[in-house]
Amino acid sequence: MTTLLYGLVTGILFGFLLQKGRVLRYDKQLGALRLQDMTIIKFMLSAVLVGMVGVYLLSDLGLVKLSIKPMILGGVVVGGLIFGVGWGLLGYCPGTSLGAFGEGRWDSAWGILGMLCGAALYAEAYPLMKVTVLTWGNYGKITLPQVLGVSHWLVIPLFISGGLALFYWFEKKGL
Amino acid sequence: MNDNDGGAWSPYLAGALSGLVSICSVWLAGKYFGASTTFVRSAGMVEQAVDPERVAAMPYFMKEVPMIDWQWMFVVGIFIGALIASTTSGSFRWQALPEMWQTRFGPVRWKRWLVAFIGGTIGMFGARLADGCPSGHGLSGSMQLAVSGFVALVCFFAGGMIVARLLYGGGDQR
Repeated sequence: MTTLLYGLVTGILFGFLLQKGRVLRYDKQLGALRLQDMTIIKFMLSAVLVGMVGVYLLSDLGLVKLSIKPMILGGVVVGGLIFGVGWGLLGYCPGTSLGAFGEGRWDSAWGILGMLCGAALYAEAYPLMKVTVLTWGNYGKITLPQVLGVSHWLVIPLFISGGLALFYWFEKKGL
Repeated sequence: MNDNDGGAWSPYLAGALSGLVSICSVWLAGKYFGASTTFVRSAGMVEQAVDPERVAAMPYFMKEVPMIDWQWMFVVGIFIGALIASTTSGSFRWQALPEMWQTRFGPVRWKRWLVAFIGGTIGMFGARLADGCPSGHGLSGSMQLAVSGFVALVCFFAGGMIVARLLYGGGDQR
């Protein structure tokens, strides 16, 4: 029960911030895919840069556990490209579609219905995927610092520097 | 782009605060952000109402059991949070067609609905195959420096950029 309440409160906070950051709009998502408006990249990358410092700090202190999804080339690359095609058509991703509906952009409701159908279709296809695409190139649960063989505290500052440089460039270009 | 509808925050600020919320979530509840599994559980719940025995025998619904869990409530919360933020700032708008879409494809509603529905179907199939969406892979994966998160993000954008170009053409016209 407490877990469900945590989920609801966390979602409300996140939805509030997504709306304030103007990330929920079709025009913003397509704007990024058309390389005209980097609002969603600014939002995502800011969240990721703050998150990586906090999560790795807490993990080093033994307070949290990492939860890494396996790098299965077939699934991640093929699935990722298919997701991208659907995302470009819909203009909302699974999380933001609910948020877009919350701010009244109700074309998202058709996307939400479509996503429920897509999930049902995948459930039908899963036994086939499991013995085909999901067996192609499984590298396990790997992180970038593990692959490079360096400390994550070397990788994180590099990401932050790169991110800040990108932000500077966005603002200079007015993106 | 038209942002003058009240209450907008800098995306850097809103994003950084979301990063803090996500850290707290991992710390207090042990939960990383994600959204697409919820659509599987929900589809399973709908199918259960029709044919529970069939659902009980499907491997994917054994893996992702149709039930209301932390993430399901999180996704509902996103809806409520966006509703609160937009109605309290005057930026809530009951809108059938996005402006960019209408400028390019005109005011015919069913075209947008059809494309949104098909896009949603394709997108969710891909997200489940990839085992995550921009929340699970993009935010949670890349903040943990997971290789799968970075590769997924690149593929998400590659697929999306190709479609955006097919729909809207190249060049800078808005």
